[in-house]
Amino acid sequence: MLPEFNLLMPQTLPEALEMLAEGAPEVVPLAGGTNLIVDMRSGRHRPSVLMSIAGLGELRSIRREDGHLTVGGGVTIAQVLEDPLIAQYAPVLREAAVVFANPLVRNQATIGGNLVDGSPAANMPLPLLVLDAEVELASKAGTRRIPLDDFLVGVRQTLRQPEELLTAVRWPVPPPRSAGAFYKVGLRKSDAIAVVSVAVMVACGEDGRCGRARIALGSVAPRVIHARAAEGVLSGQPLTDEVIAEAAHLSAEATRCIGDIRGSAGYRRRVVEVLVRRLLTEVARNQVFS
Amino acid sequence: MQPKVVTLNVNGRQHHVSLAPNVTLLQALRDLDYTDVKSGCEKGDCGACAVLLDGKPVNSCLVLAWQAEGAEIITNSGLGTIDNPHPLQEAFADAGAAQCGYCTPGMIISAKALLDQNPNPTEDEIREAISGNLCRCTGYGQIIEAIQMAAERMSE
Repeated sequence: MLPEFNLLMPQTLPEALEMLAEGAPEVVPLAGGTNLIVDMRSGRHRPSVLMSIAGLGELRSIRREDGHLTVGGGVTIAQVLEDPLIAQYAPVLREAAVVFANPLVRNQATIGGNLVDGSPAANMPLPLLVLDAEVELASKAGTRRIPLDDFLVGVRQTLRQPEELLTAVRWPVPPPRSAGAFYKVGLRKSDAIAVVSVAVMVACGEDGRCGRARIALGSVAPRVIHARAAEGVLSGQPLTDEVIAEAAHLSAEATRCIGDIRGSAGYRRRVVEVLVRRLLTEVARNQVFS
Repeated sequence: MQPKVVTLNVNGRQHHVSLAPNVTLLQALRDLDYTDVKSGCEKGDCGACAVLLDGKPVNSCLVLAWQAEGAEIITNSGLGTIDNPHPLQEAFADAGAAQCGYCTPGMIISAKALLDQNPNPTEDEIREAISGNLCRCTGYGQIIEAIQMAAERMSE
């Protein structure tokens, strides 16, 4: 049996925000439940009141407007996988959805839930960081947008206040001549928590030099991080093997790995360098042909 | 923690049942005698509890019963009976794809969802579709064959 709780089921966003304004922090939002229900069964969380967001249709849209892609916080990973806008404008996000847990979990887990859960091993924050995404947090008092990079604070810690809902995540449509890639190392092919994960995104000018580079690393620090020095080294450079190797090395230097049941610190550092090199090589090749 | 009467639409039948908010769909279904829905890990890792919720396969151990009100719930027993089996159920029997049988209902639910979207899947697509269902007995070989067999038979 799950521990006892009351369950609220608002049908509109204003209703939900009112419930949170009155009841937080005792009232906790429930999205797909794929982390929260598990945590409740294990005793890690014992909220006395859950508020299901399942009735909030406003949180389930994916749209392009004002040069941005906006994904509602209640959008499931399965929706991300199947959506044509994501496939066209953010394939790196789709790559993270493909290897997210398993098909059953993907039908319930939400992008908002994955961000709010704040695990350093989560899939979805990596492509969103390289896309320069920001999150939209709504409360009865109003709405604010903050960069995802600021939103993620530490292990299972984010800037979400108890009375706030993560209603959307949005990012600018990537410039032409952009290419991104994501890869996750797991202990098996499916349903695996990341041992190490990497996302990269580069946008190159006509001269073949890298205009903008982003590298995000997962499971190698208390939160998903940018490899800033590595990004700096790529900026303004053509993507040669030497430049890529330097960026890969600097990415490994940026990590603060720990050893745990999934892998040792040394393994993670080593594999980060390999993955960054491989992914940058892959996107460099795509650039040439695009 | 106040229970309320919810209406669950299971395999085409309406059930009105008083449930506390902390009851999962898995528990509610089994208490309604849909014991074909199996309890495995109760944490979304094994897929034994899989059901179709508005056509999508989900882990019923992670759905609260109150959240399933208004949805069309299909369990394995709703797909066919002993006298009138669904082609997937028949194929699992014919291919020897069930040993202890515990993963079978969940496997069939995932396979049904696959064939609804993709009537002619490749082996890789079948493997992907059942990647949320664990089997400790068969090694998956006969399960994949059964799904291929059912796909062929259903397209005849």
